[in-house]
Amino acid sequence: MIDAAITDKKRNLRDAYSSALIALGRRNPDVVVLDADLALSTKTKRFGTVFPDRFFDMGIAEANMMGVAAGLAACGKIVFASTFAVFATGRSYDAIRQSIAYPELNVKIVATHAGISVGGDGASHQMLEDIALMRALPNMVVIAPADATEMEDVVPAIAEHNGPCYVRIGRADAPILFETHGMFEIGKGYVLREGSDITVIATGTMTAEALKAHDLLKKEKIDARIIHMPTIKPLDEKLVKKSAKETGRIITCEEHTVIGGLGDAVAMAIAEKPVPMIRIGVNDVFGESGEAWQLMEKYGLTAENIVKRAKELIKKS
Amino acid sequence: MHDEKLIKEIKRKALEIRKWVIESIYRAGSGHPGGSLSVADILACLYFHEMRHNPKDPKWPDRDRLVLSKGHAAPALYAALALAGYFPVEELKNLRKIGHFLQGHPCMKKVPGVDMSTGSLGHGLSVAVGMALAGKLDKKDYRVFAILGDGEVQEGQIWEAANAASHYKLDNLIAILDRNKLQIDGPTEEIMHLEPLAWRWQAFGWDVIEIDGHDIEEILDTFHEIKLNEKPTVIIANTIKGKGVSFMEGTLSFHGKPPSEEQYIRAMSELEQAERELND
Ligand SMILES: Cc1ncc(C[n+]2csc(CCOP(=O)(O)OP(=O)(O)O)c2C)c(N)n1
Ligand SMILES: [Mg+2]
Repeated sequence: MIDAAITDKKRNLRDAYSSALIALGRRNPDVVVLDADLALSTKTKRFGTVFPDRFFDMGIAEANMMGVAAGLAACGKIVFASTFAVFATGRSYDAIRQSIAYPELNVKIVATHAGISVGGDGASHQMLEDIALMRALPNMVVIAPADATEMEDVVPAIAEHNGPCYVRIGRADAPILFETHGMFEIGKGYVLREGSDITVIATGTMTAEALKAHDLLKKEKIDARIIHMPTIKPLDEKLVKKSAKETGRIITCEEHTVIGGLGDAVAMAIAEKPVPMIRIGVNDVFGESGEAWQLMEKYGLTAENIVKRAKELIKKS
Repeated sequence: MHDEKLIKEIKRKALEIRKWVIESIYRAGSGHPGGSLSVADILACLYFHEMRHNPKDPKWPDRDRLVLSKGHAAPALYAALALAGYFPVEELKNLRKIGHFLQGHPCMKKVPGVDMSTGSLGHGLSVAVGMALAGKLDKKDYRVFAILGDGEVQEGQIWEAANAASHYKLDNLIAILDRNKLQIDGPTEEIMHLEPLAWRWQAFGWDVIEIDGHDIEEILDTFHEIKLNEKPTVIIANTIKGKGVSFMEGTLSFHGKPPSEEQYIRAMSELEQAERELND
């Protein structure tokens, strides 16, 4: 089991991203960073300040940025390309498909402002299909870290991996769950709480909610196993299958549409030996403007909803 | 030449739009004041004189269309629409609030008068081309206006649309480029250069007119000059980001940041002062 707890301490994953990027840049002169006129928001600008020669603002032209990233990678660079998730994946999908995923080039797409918790900007900016889009691409690794500590481990890990990666993080500050570094490995899921009645598998921002749900369920005498699944592709199928067998029920949680994300990946993994399952996510609708917490509540992305759905599932099966 | 009375009336509307931009973004606690203030005069000219439209019938098939391709200027568009009578101005106080219809970026399914949903940059001109093509197909005489950001035209899709517009001889299409010279990360010419901008549009087969985007008389005269000559027109409107609020003018920092309480009070009093001066 991994040491994890909800603390009062919060830290923004974008800050973690930029500090890890700078550390990486110091160690490796081949690291090059691109952005598309959102360098202040994604915080890649900090890398640009330290390494002005290895930072390129490509302007508001995301598809071109992905093509340029591919070209740099084809010449031996390790390229980090950042913008908001909606533009990184939506506006550039074909460039990613043709020039990054197919030729399997060493480009790390690190997208910020993923999910509905973007808030006031509304549906046009709330990317809820990025995991689905990126997961569908052969050769693409898909990662959604849960806190700043983990994000600092993800950056060197993907740099180490030779091939395309997609990392999605949110906009808001997130509670620190992991005190110590060194846990993250691509393709591995982590049991944060042992339990035998049900398994809750969460990714990204929802892992904190799953941990809270564990304690709430405990009060109702429900013993939930909590798994943090930072890598959605390749999925830790072994852990999923084992937990399906041992607990007999699964709930997945993601700040993403229920179509094509973590829930579908887990369902695929247990398709041959299915157990009763519920997928928590946004139910095939676009978002809307509002405060982040209001939206998370309205769309059922909370510990309380995990508890509610867990009880339903246990009652039914 | 337009008469004094009309010009004064539009100036008044532009100031009202600016006040609502500040008010609504302040109340929302987020939004984009800079690029909303830079297009306020253009929107006032369009909705209060130039465009053929009917707030009582937002879906009127013969209306002129407007695509706010730089959708983050939604607060200015919403203010113009409300002041024109599409919905009660009181709604402007609920910008970006959950359970209310004024989304952070324009949503045509929720807001009467919005002709196209936008927010992700670089899409709007293509849509405007489609609307203009439909007008030709249906032999209608409506026009289509598209408002573009200058940073926005770095998107390749803009140039795909520009090429299609001249190819299909869409003289019913008018693009207005809000040339405020700033994007988010810095001045456009430092981030990803655009000049020689007029020349680029000419090369794509467009008629190009350069104007002062805050001079009401010049804006109105320019619309008047546009010819039906089988070419689309782009108006490069030289503007100032944050125009009308002294401490927002020409700054990067108010691209996407609401004013603080103190700044809100200062901004409103500056705009009210401008209103008084106009009435004198
Ligand atoms: C495709 C896309 N990429 C990035 C953004 C984020 N963004 C919002 S406004 C903006 C800058 C726009 O600059 P400009 O077009 O010059 O607008 P203005 O100065 O009038 O505000 C950016 C990059 C976006 N909305 N859409
Ligand atoms: Mg601009």
